[in-house]
Amino acid sequence: MTADPIAAGAPVLHAQDVTMVFGGLVALNKVSLTLEQGQVAGLIGPNGAGKTTFFNCLTGLYTPTSGRVLLNGARLAGDPAKVTIAGVARTFQNIRLFPNMTVLENVLVGRHSRMKQDPVSTLLRLPAFHRGERAAKERARELLAFVGLTRAEDEVARNLPYGDQRRLEIARALATDPSVLLLDEPTAGMNPQETEATRQLILRIRETGVSVVVIEHDIKFIFGLCDKVSVLVQGELLVEGTPEVVRADPRVIEAYLGKPPEEIEADARTAAEEHDKGEQA
Amino acid sequence: MTTLLQQIANGIALGATIGLIALGYTMVYGIIQLINFAHGEVFMVGAFGGLAVHRWLLPEAWQGDWYISLPLMIVGGVVVAVTIALIMERFAYRPLRNAPRLAPLITALGVSIVLQEAIRIWFPNAESAQAYPKAFIDAQVDLGPVSISASKLLIIVVSVALSVGLQLYVTKSRMGRAMRATAQDRDTARLMGVNPDRVIVLTFLIGAALAGVAGVLYGVDITNVDNAIGFQNGIFAFTAAVLGGIGSLRGAVIGAFIIGLIKTLGGQYMPGGTQYDYVWIFVVLIFVLVFRPQGLFGEAERVRA
Repeated sequence: MTADPIAAGAPVLHAQDVTMVFGGLVALNKVSLTLEQGQVAGLIGPNGAGKTTFFNCLTGLYTPTSGRVLLNGARLAGDPAKVTIAGVARTFQNIRLFPNMTVLENVLVGRHSRMKQDPVSTLLRLPAFHRGERAAKERARELLAFVGLTRAEDEVARNLPYGDQRRLEIARALATDPSVLLLDEPTAGMNPQETEATRQLILRIRETGVSVVVIEHDIKFIFGLCDKVSVLVQGELLVEGTPEVVRADPRVIEAYLGKPPEEIEADARTAAEEHDKGEQA
Repeated sequence: MTTLLQQIANGIALGATIGLIALGYTMVYGIIQLINFAHGEVFMVGAFGGLAVHRWLLPEAWQGDWYISLPLMIVGGVVVAVTIALIMERFAYRPLRNAPRLAPLITALGVSIVLQEAIRIWFPNAESAQAYPKAFIDAQVDLGPVSISASKLLIIVVSVALSVGLQLYVTKSRMGRAMRATAQDRDTARLMGVNPDRVIVLTFLIGAALAGVAGVLYGVDITNVDNAIGFQNGIFAFTAAVLGGIGSLRGAVIGAFIIGLIKTLGGQYMPGGTQYDYVWIFVVLIFVLVFRPQGLFGEAERVRA
C-alpha cells in the first residue's frame, strides 16, 4: 500500500469520457469519474447499467472505444498486467480466486509484480531467492492478518467459506500495492454482520492511503460508507455527488430507488379505481 | 521371478524417458489447452542436436571421455530443442492463440511432420537410422537379482531428479506460481501483473529442455536414433499425460511409469509378446478413461461462470 506523496485532494484516478461500444450496444456513454486520494467512491445503478464494464475499462480488460483513464496524471495502458503494475487492483463480482492454490499462494501471486527473482538464483536456491520469498511471504501474511484470514493460510482457496473468499480476494488485490482499489459488489451474499465487517475493512483500507471505488446494490451500505456516489443508468452517468445530494435527487429516486412512497400509493389508488371501473362495466 | 524384476526395471527405465516428454505435453496443455502433437518431435530434434554436437563440435580427444562429451551433448540437445520449441510457439501457435481449439491442434500435427521431414532431408544420412555414441559408462549394474545398464540407471536418476525439481519450481517460485495461476484463470493472472506471454514461453522452454535431455539420454542408451523416435515416444508420452490426468505434473510422471511397466510386462507375459505390447497400453488407457475420464490425477472440468 503505497501512500504516494501526493498533495491531499489531487486526483489519483481520473476517468474521462469513457465510452464502450459492443457491436451496436453502447454499454458506457462518456462516463467520467474523479477520485481523490483516500476517498471512497460508490458506483450504483440497476443491473446492466454498465458498472462492471466500467471496472473492466479501468483495469485494461476492455479497451474503451473512446475516452481515457489517468492514474496520478499518467495514462493507463490497455493491458491488465501494466495497469496492475501502475497501481490499480480489483476484486470480482463473481469471486475469481485461483481455486486450486492455497490462501497464502493466492496472495503471493498478487505479489508477483512487486517481487524480483532471477532464474539463476531460483534454480540454484541461492540466498537471494530465499530472501525474496521470505519477504513476499511476510507481506502476504501481514495482509492476511489485515483482512482477518491468518488461520487459513494453508487452506485451498476453493474450500474457504464464501465470506472468507471475498476477504481473500481483497487481500490478494492489496498485495499488488495498489493506489486505487476497485471492489465489485464486495458484500454480495453477505449477512448483516459480515457486511458491517466489510465496511470496517474498507475504512481501514482507506486509512492506509488507498483510494477505493465500490460497486454495490446495497444502498444503505454505499450511503454509509462513501465520500461520493455516482449513479449509472443505462451506460450513462445520471448523478454524481455526496451521498446526501444523490439520495435527494429525484431522478435517482425515480430511476434506481423506485418512486417515492407517496407516488406509489397514488399509483396504487389509480390502479384500484381502474380495476373497480372494469368490474362495473 | 528374476524375469519379472528385470522387466520391472526395464519398464521403469522406459517410464523415466516417457515421463520427461510427458511433462512437456501436460504443462503446455495446462496453460493453453493445446495438445502439442509436435512435442515428440522436440524430443527427436533434441536427440539429433546431441548427435550433432558429438559428430561435429567435439574434438576427437574428448569423444572418449563421457564426463566431458555427455554434458556437452546434453547442452547441445537442450539448446536445439528449446530453440525449435520457441520458434514453434512464436510462429505456429501464438498467431492462433484466439482461434478455435482445432486450428492449433491441426497446426501441431503439421509442425510435427515438418520437423520429421526436415531432419530426414537435412541431417546428413538421416534417411536411415543413425548410430548414436555410447557417451556413458558401458556397463551393467547389478542390483540384487536385477541387472540394468548404467545408461538406463542414469535416465531414471535424471528423470526423477528433474521431475522433483520441476515440482519444486512450480510450487515454490514466483514464475512457478504465475504458471499455475495462468493455468487456472488467465485474465485474473493478468490482473495480478502476470504477463501470460512470458508464462507461455517459459512453459514451452521448460518442456522442451526436459525433452532435449530425454532425447540425448535416450540416444545414448539405445545407441541409434532415427527421425521417427519422436512420433513413437511422443505417442507414449501423450498417452501417459492423458492417463495421469492432462494438466497434472504428478499425473504425467506416474502415468509414464505405468505405461513403461505395461509395455515391458505386457510384452513379456501377455499373448502375442512384444508385437502386441502397444495394445495393452491402449486397453488400459481406454479402461481408465471410461471410469475416470479426467485421468488418474486430473480434475473434472469445472464449469466457470
